Amino acid sequence: MNTPPPPRLSVSGLEVAFGGLTALDGVSFEVRDGETVALIGPNGAGKTTVFNAVCGLVKPRKGTVRIGGRPAPSRPTGLLKAGVARTLQGLGLFERMTVLENVLVPLTALRVPDAVAKAHSTLAELGLADLAARPAGTLPYPERKRVALARALAADPKLLLLDEPAGGLGTADIDALAETVGRVAGSGRAVLLVEHHVDFVMRVADRIVVLDFGQVIASGTPEAVQGDPAVEAAYLGLEAAA
Amino acid sequence: MDRFVFLLSAGLARGAVLALFALSLVIVWRTARVVNFAQAAMAVAAVYAAFAVTAATGSYWAGLLTGLAAGALLGAIVERGLMRRLPAHAPLPGIIVAIGLVMVLQAGLAIAFGPEHRPMQPPFSQRPFIIGGIPVLSPYDLFTLGAAAAVMAALALLFNRSSLGLRLRAAAFAPETARLLGVRVPRMITLGWALSCAAASLAALLLVPTELGLNPHAVDLLFVNAFAVAVIGGLDSPAGALVAGIGVGLLVSLVTGYASASAAPLAVLALMTLVLLVRPGGLFAPKEARTA
Repeated sequence: MNTPPPPRLSVSGLEVAFGGLTALDGVSFEVRDGETVALIGPNGAGKTTVFNAVCGLVKPRKGTVRIGGRPAPSRPTGLLKAGVARTLQGLGLFERMTVLENVLVPLTALRVPDAVAKAHSTLAELGLADLAARPAGTLPYPERKRVALARALAADPKLLLLDEPAGGLGTADIDALAETVGRVAGSGRAVLLVEHHVDFVMRVADRIVVLDFGQVIASGTPEAVQGDPAVEAAYLGLEAAA
Repeated sequence: MDRFVFLLSAGLARGAVLALFALSLVIVWRTARVVNFAQAAMAVAAVYAAFAVTAATGSYWAGLLTGLAAGALLGAIVERGLMRRLPAHAPLPGIIVAIGLVMVLQAGLAIAFGPEHRPMQPPFSQRPFIIGGIPVLSPYDLFTLGAAAAVMAALALLFNRSSLGLRLRAAAFAPETARLLGVRVPRMITLGWALSCAAASLAALLLVPTELGLNPHAVDLLFVNAFAVAVIGGLDSPAGALVAGIGVGLLVSLVTGYASASAAPLAVLALMTLVLLVRPGGLFAPKEARTA
């Protein structure tokens, strides 16, 4: 009998505190290969803190983070080697570097052979080939978001963490993003995303984990979560009221 | 006219040294966001190492290589041993530590080697070539220009055309993002300090034979002028260091030749003030640095 592979990401009993404030309280969930999981919740629910704990940017008080069955690297520098790439809410592009150089940074850090060819092919996949020589800081916002995504995808991560990927994008760009996320998950990679854009989440997520005040209040398929009264009260209800 | 041509050629060689030292300040600023006020003291310590090896072996070149290695090593030690332990987001502790380091190094060198000026022989003649009856650059000036230009070109290639340079720039521009992308930021910062101090040491090694000689304060004035150059060019701009270095070198040479040596620092100060009034971030500062 074959044992199933371990989850690509397993977060178990995660507790994070900043001084006296408990940001995460016993958060547990899993993301499997080929699956797209969305973390949603009101502002301050602890979504980005989960990302930061997975990336080693904050140290959990309790709990474990395992990637592919192994403990997550304790330092962010080891993330890419462990097969994890992340985009940032603020994009974090190297503004004065060209688009190509931005995408080359993770590839050279990993010493990927033929890094330049790999970077060009990733840019072409995301429709950025013509912008390769442009300084990243000169691009319009949607293109800059695509550069951040290309940079995360360039090193072929097994787990992609997307922090508010649809934020600030128009309908056409959100459609293209949904297609890209679908393609990434379709290729067998795991995607975990934090997002406020509910329509986008409902479209791309296989499962949704809802956080409120640092705790998981619901988890399941988009349909199941959408009808959950606790979620409506904590998040979707607020959206509807707004 | 003869005098003007002579002063221009002398200013060019002086400007190359200034540009190289200013570039070293730019590198450490871009790497660690610190103005290293100890750069002159660290460079002069490396020159003492070169002096000792040259005295022991009789070879200028062995001394030169030792000086560069000592500068790089000292830069790495200062970063790892001192600067890394300071609060990351406050500039003041770095400045205070650097000033303290100046006192420790200069006092230590004076105790070890004495405060007197020790003559350093240049590897080439300092007698200028005469072209059309006009004295122009000397063989040592040409060596100085060539060495400074070669090192600046090598640094430009390293930073702009190599994967190591890409990681150095990534670590300097956005260290937190660079870490998430697998860049070993602390290692890049150490390397930046080492490169910076090696470049400063070379500038000091090129300068000292043309001055009164080696003593613990031999590079102080070079630092002051190079700091002005880095500010004029824009602390973030290697190209600014090069252009402003040559410009200030020519200015110092012309003011010294036509007025007096004591007027030269005032001229540099006036130029810096003027530039700061017009472009507060320096001539080559990127937009975000000007508004910062």
